Amino acid sequence: MPQLNEGMRHLLVVFGVLIAVMTVAPGLIWLERRLLGLWQDRYGPNRVGPFGLLQVLADMIKIFTKEDWIPPFADKPVFVLAPAVIVVTVLLSFAVIPFAPGILVADLNIGLLYFLAMSSMGVYSVVLAGWASDNKYSLLGAMRASAQMLSYEVFMGLSIMGVVMMAGSFDLRAIVEAQRGLWFCVPQVFGLLVFLNAGIAETQRLPFDLPEAESELVAGYHSEYSGMKFGMFFVGEYLGITLISALIVTLFFGGWLGPWLPPVVWFALKTFVFICGFILLRAALPRPRFDQLMTYGWKLMLPLSLVNLALTGAIILASA
Amino acid sequence: MWSVFRTLWAVFLHAFRRRETVQYPDEMPKIPPRWRGRIVLTRDPDGEERCVACYLCAAACPVDCIALQATEDEHGRRYPEFFRINFSRCIFCGFCEEACPTYAIQLTPDFEMGEYLRHNLVYEKEDLLIAGPGKYPGYNFYRVAGLSIGGKGKGAAENEAPPSDVRSLLP
Repeated sequence: MPQLNEGMRHLLVVFGVLIAVMTVAPGLIWLERRLLGLWQDRYGPNRVGPFGLLQVLADMIKIFTKEDWIPPFADKPVFVLAPAVIVVTVLLSFAVIPFAPGILVADLNIGLLYFLAMSSMGVYSVVLAGWASDNKYSLLGAMRASAQMLSYEVFMGLSIMGVVMMAGSFDLRAIVEAQRGLWFCVPQVFGLLVFLNAGIAETQRLPFDLPEAESELVAGYHSEYSGMKFGMFFVGEYLGITLISALIVTLFFGGWLGPWLPPVVWFALKTFVFICGFILLRAALPRPRFDQLMTYGWKLMLPLSLVNLALTGAIILASA
Repeated sequence: MWSVFRTLWAVFLHAFRRRETVQYPDEMPKIPPRWRGRIVLTRDPDGEERCVACYLCAAACPVDCIALQATEDEHGRRYPEFFRINFSRCIFCGFCEEACPTYAIQLTPDFEMGEYLRHNLVYEKEDLLIAGPGKYPGYNFYRVAGLSIGGKGKGAAENEAPPSDVRSLLP
């Protein structure tokens, strides 16, 4: 009997996380539009339902009833596969995020490595989409995306190694537990900075949205996509924001740790703040040139993460 | 790097600004009196039609959306037999108002002219004529013009001297 209960509990957690995450993604569309409105002295969507909340529903109906067109020149199987890849990889990454002490889908002892692997897999989605579209703008977007994501992946990994050293584990739950005394955002402030930048670049959010730069590349790698396939890219992007925000909270801001409130609430609150931060970045900052993006990555972020890594290692060795 | 954070903060502060949006159907926007909206035909203070059917508005119209036909009443006063504006073509440029010598045709601040059927956008004279004088309350063309017309002879208009006898040599 306890065995069955354990199994049921686990299933409950899996579906709970899945449903929660899939509700958050469309909710973010509404949140983003409202917040952008707020910061641009507008209201944003406020007419459908209370506070415009049903706008999400209207958008869903719209995108599901849109013509789902595959261009005749596209590589059909790959074209269909590409949008699924990004959603699947991001959703799989959520498996290792510890939302609260008991709420964790897979307690992997290499959770962080698993996340990095999954975010590398996400590149395939973009590259395949751009390639299968057989369209020069899509291909240019895909090229940019692959260059950008591969470069930023390098020091995304390096930037969190400081956290791993301090916690002594790749297990995200152990990392949160290690922050009981002091959140890692204080000793690992450079790691946080680099991870933040790499996270924005990985999710291809403004100001690092060069793969889809509307003003230059039509819509980049998803120029040829329509209907729900396009919607999948959007869902993937919003899930990506949620994932990166959740990871920033887990790695640097003490995850579920916090006084008075229940752990899940703390986790959700902190994640929400970072999601709003992502949207604020979009509202405020212009897009850099691609060479600036690369220079910024390789000449500033990479050395910074290496120095951070070396210093953290030295301090840990000296104090040991 | 510093400018990035300054920008972020400046944009964040916009959250506490007054909204620029006017929530239109619930709240009417403030429209200036010289707004170029729905076109009307006005009447003079005596309640007569101002339009003298001179065709200048139709000639000035860049999209040819004004059609009219002149006719005369028993006093020799010209007026349009029909006056038709096709608002599905009208671009609200206001050239007709500028061309009008009698202040008859005027553009108003009304802009709510939506229709479900396109042919409902063709306004006839009875749709265009309003009861009042519009933007120029005291103005009556025939009272200041030198034209002789039933009930008003030559030289009887306001600020008009009696006609001189051109055949007399006396001053």
